[in-house]
Amino acid sequence: MLKATVRTLLTHKLRLALSGLAIVFGVAFVAGTLIFTDTLGKTFEDLFSQTSADVTVTERSNFDATFAGEGQPGRGVPQSVLEAVSAVPGARAAEGQITVEGVQVVGSDGEVVGTAGAPGLGVDWSDTPGLSPLTLLTGSPPQGEGEIAVDSVTAESAKLQVGDGVRVLTPGPTLDVTVVGIFRFGESGNIAGATLTAFERDTAQRVLLRPGFWTGVGLAAEADVSRQELARRVQAVLPDGFDAKTKEQQAEEDAGDIQQGLAFINIFLLVFAGIALFVGSFIILNTFSMLVAQRTRELALLRAIGASRRQVTRSVLLEALVLGIVGATLGLGFGVLLAVGLRALFAVFGLEVPTGALALAPRTVIASYAVGVLITVVAAYLPARRASRIPPVAALRDDVALPAASMRRRVVGGAALSAAGVALVAAGLAGAGAQPAALVGLGVMAVFIGVALLSPLVSRPVIRILGAPLRRSAVGRLSVENALRNPRRTAATASALMIGLALVSAMSVLGSSTTSSVDKLIDRSLGGDFVVSNSTQMGFSAQVAADVRDVPGVAAVGEQRFAVAEVAGGQQFVTAVSPEVLDEALAVEFVAGSGAGLNTGSDGGLLVAEQVATDKGWKVGDTVDVTFLTGAPQRLRIGGVFVRNDFLGTHVISLTTLTANGGSNRDNFVYVALENGADAAAVGSALDAKVAAFPNVELKDQTEFKDEQRNQINQLLSLIYALLVLAVIIAVLGIVNTLALSVIERTREIGLLRAVGMSRRQLRRMIRRESVVISLFGALLGLTLGIAFGIALQRVLAAEGIDVLSIPVPSLIVFLLLAGLIGVLAALWPARRAARLDVLRAVTTE
Amino acid sequence: MATSMTSSDPVTDSGAARAEQLTKVYGSGDTRVVALDDVSVMFERSQFTAIMGPSGSGKSTLMHCMAGLDSSTEGRVFIGEVDLTQLDDKRLTRLRRDAVGFVFQSYNLLPMLTALENITLPLDIAGRKPDQEWLDTVIDTVGLRDRLGHRPSELSGGQQQRVACARALASRPQIVFADEPTGNLDSRSGAEVLGFLAQSVRGMGQTVVMVTHDPTAASYADRVLFLADGRVVDEMADPTGEKVLERMKRFDAAGRGV
Repeated sequence: MLKATVRTLLTHKLRLALSGLAIVFGVAFVAGTLIFTDTLGKTFEDLFSQTSADVTVTERSNFDATFAGEGQPGRGVPQSVLEAVSAVPGARAAEGQITVEGVQVVGSDGEVVGTAGAPGLGVDWSDTPGLSPLTLLTGSPPQGEGEIAVDSVTAESAKLQVGDGVRVLTPGPTLDVTVVGIFRFGESGNIAGATLTAFERDTAQRVLLRPGFWTGVGLAAEADVSRQELARRVQAVLPDGFDAKTKEQQAEEDAGDIQQGLAFINIFLLVFAGIALFVGSFIILNTFSMLVAQRTRELALLRAIGASRRQVTRSVLLEALVLGIVGATLGLGFGVLLAVGLRALFAVFGLEVPTGALALAPRTVIASYAVGVLITVVAAYLPARRASRIPPVAALRDDVALPAASMRRRVVGGAALSAAGVALVAAGLAGAGAQPAALVGLGVMAVFIGVALLSPLVSRPVIRILGAPLRRSAVGRLSVENALRNPRRTAATASALMIGLALVSAMSVLGSSTTSSVDKLIDRSLGGDFVVSNSTQMGFSAQVAADVRDVPGVAAVGEQRFAVAEVAGGQQFVTAVSPEVLDEALAVEFVAGSGAGLNTGSDGGLLVAEQVATDKGWKVGDTVDVTFLTGAPQRLRIGGVFVRNDFLGTHVISLTTLTANGGSNRDNFVYVALENGADAAAVGSALDAKVAAFPNVELKDQTEFKDEQRNQINQLLSLIYALLVLAVIIAVLGIVNTLALSVIERTREIGLLRAVGMSRRQLRRMIRRESVVISLFGALLGLTLGIAFGIALQRVLAAEGIDVLSIPVPSLIVFLLLAGLIGVLAALWPARRAARLDVLRAVTTE
Repeated sequence: MATSMTSSDPVTDSGAARAEQLTKVYGSGDTRVVALDDVSVMFERSQFTAIMGPSGSGKSTLMHCMAGLDSSTEGRVFIGEVDLTQLDDKRLTRLRRDAVGFVFQSYNLLPMLTALENITLPLDIAGRKPDQEWLDTVIDTVGLRDRLGHRPSELSGGQQQRVACARALASRPQIVFADEPTGNLDSRSGAEVLGFLAQSVRGMGQTVVMVTHDPTAASYADRVLFLADGRVVDEMADPTGEKVLERMKRFDAAGRGV
């Protein structure tokens, strides 16, 4: 008897542990995300605070760019400014500095060293203490045009040594140089995945910017002058259009962009943590409901001997509290591991993060416990309240059913929640309110809960249909009947899986629609024969376009660059193009004006998309105020209105206008059109030979370009799927839990089935099939919802260019099959337990 | 008269089931309990046997061992010519399915199945088609013809136990074991169930072994075995309620001295 009691207690622990796992997973995700992004943030803050001089002078930014885009060198700080500030009293030293993006070292394998997406920086050589973060480790400082120094991390990963010859890509020409020095950056040498290439000053100016200009001027303060004071004095002598910033201001500004990026990563990961916790709460709710149901007699006995309803509620909630605290603690611990894991993952992708201490902020601890405990207790509240309503007389009766909320209330509540959710999603997608994304999230959650409430209604017919093929055998019939006997439990179990699959399939529909839309877009908008670009759309040397132009058989080469500007007071993503882009490379149709309109007006022309012209009421010939990141405001004249073309964007200026305003000197896209009758294959290989000299770009024909786009979409989808797997795992735990509890509840039945001749194998099969039926039911609900969400998203995003709806039927079928497999896996352990029950003990159990 | 029936059949020499020097021990050391102590017993075909005895006498254990629900420590158990102690779980399961019927004190019907589905459950599990004629006979004998579509929750206790009896007989087993079948029933329902069990033996030629502590229930049997302290201490043919009660009293008083 004692043995049985201990065993029951153990199984009780086990089921609590299973539902606790859901909490552990969710909390670990939350904690891991916070720790990881905090650590990254701190790393970058430290990094930047040690890189800047006491005071830095730069060209003034007209606005903070919200599109973290291309490094725009601006027009630079002239030598005259350097001379003026050098004379400011209190300045111990002043030095012109150059930092330019788009300088990359080509490794021995012919590929660019460093991570795709991480910047390659070109700098001038300086190791002046207090002004430069560089320290020479071996070799000598670079001299003249043929020498460079590289940072130690880059040297190590490219296996470069002093004296090695190496090829360097710059925004201008490609250089074949010799590595003469290797230096350390800052204190630790870590520059978070970027590569640093240093040139002698004159060379740096000539190759990376232009002679007589710097990207900034750094000043070191005298010991008795504060940074603020020095900055004020420097500002006083600066001509208009330049700013002096203290070390702190500069670090904050530099880190700002990164922080923004981190905040995005943070939210992105937390969304998945939220999904995991949301799914987890379903499982906790279900587990406590079942535990309360099984303990009905025990609780009724408590009531009969005088426990108040509140005491009963409290005892159940207390259990939840303990589970929540234990779960949150474990989750926090796993969160630390997860943060380490994420760091390793980022390192694999080349974004090295220094192995400093993990930043465990008090906020992380508080958030973990709050989330873990709150969700567990909230999820246990309903079952606890139901437990308190067990009448004392239930203790004396043999079979008692728990008082359950009426089906009608459930239907009304479920329908209301679903409707409210749909309305919220619609409002959010339409962009209502300050936080449309939050509205969508809230709406989706409401729909999930609503559908979960309603799902017992459909569970009967759906499971009957799903189970029809199983009914031919007695065992299959029992499986289906078992899945049907408690529709609420089945529905709650299936709902957890529904959520995961709904999200997966919605993403799948969206991804497939995006791919189809992009394919169509490329067909429709791209007139040229070849495109030169890279998958991260990072800028590359204009030399590529120049080289390609010389290839025989090439009719025209168009260049396109990205920029940010304030157009009529609002920040806009702007593309700058050479005339060939409009004439030859893209299929552009003008409603009014023409491509020649790029060069009208004294400041230059502006072409806008039809939609923009309609919204703003602009006509050809109107002038519009445009302010670039640096420089004086411009008045551009509308030279043309074109039919939407997604390669062009909505606002187009000429390359000349961009350059005149200090915009990027690197191309983001180069389009190549061939002469009529040219042999595409022959010219293609000639082009390939030219482009091969620039390993940071690829030459693609239309098909290859489509493949590249599709690959990018698929990569993002894979990442999202990988993160959603967590939610699915939690759902699987839920199924395991439900089945295990069902096996315990039905011990006597199982004993009987075994007694009257059911074999262990048949018993296992019975439980496995029940599991599969429940899984498929959840999957069907999820797929239905997911397809609906996916269609809604596509409809809304149609205006953004995703105008083709494509339902990826094969993928969805695969999801359904996987759900069946999940059912099989989830049943493994409960089925084994059931099969191992002692027949006699089971059949005579109370 | 039942005995004369069996002796006329040469194949029944070994009976429907028998135990040879069956010993069952639970636990070891200080907690060692001998539930059955060298029991040898034979159950004749087409006979209704009741097993009686005080609590802890081993009557339930004997039945569980005979039915292949519990393993024996020593000795052998036969259903027909098959030695249960030599069977692995798979064969034992098949034997229970094909050759043995069970009736439990607490009905043990599956709540989601109808009365008819419950009755044919062992056949369904075995994947066998029921012998429709036999099934009709069974159903009519238990008098459930108009209740076949009902679920257990819609039936009275007596009706549920009659479904359980029908289930035990549906596969035409070699032997039916009934464990306190009337323990949960009022006397009228109990009488119906006992009458039905007796009818299945006398009218349909079935073999029934029933464990009970109720002398009235035992009086429906052809033969009563008395157990005490794990041994068969006595047996009685053609029992009546009074005779059994008398015997129990006597044996109870004497039993303490043994």
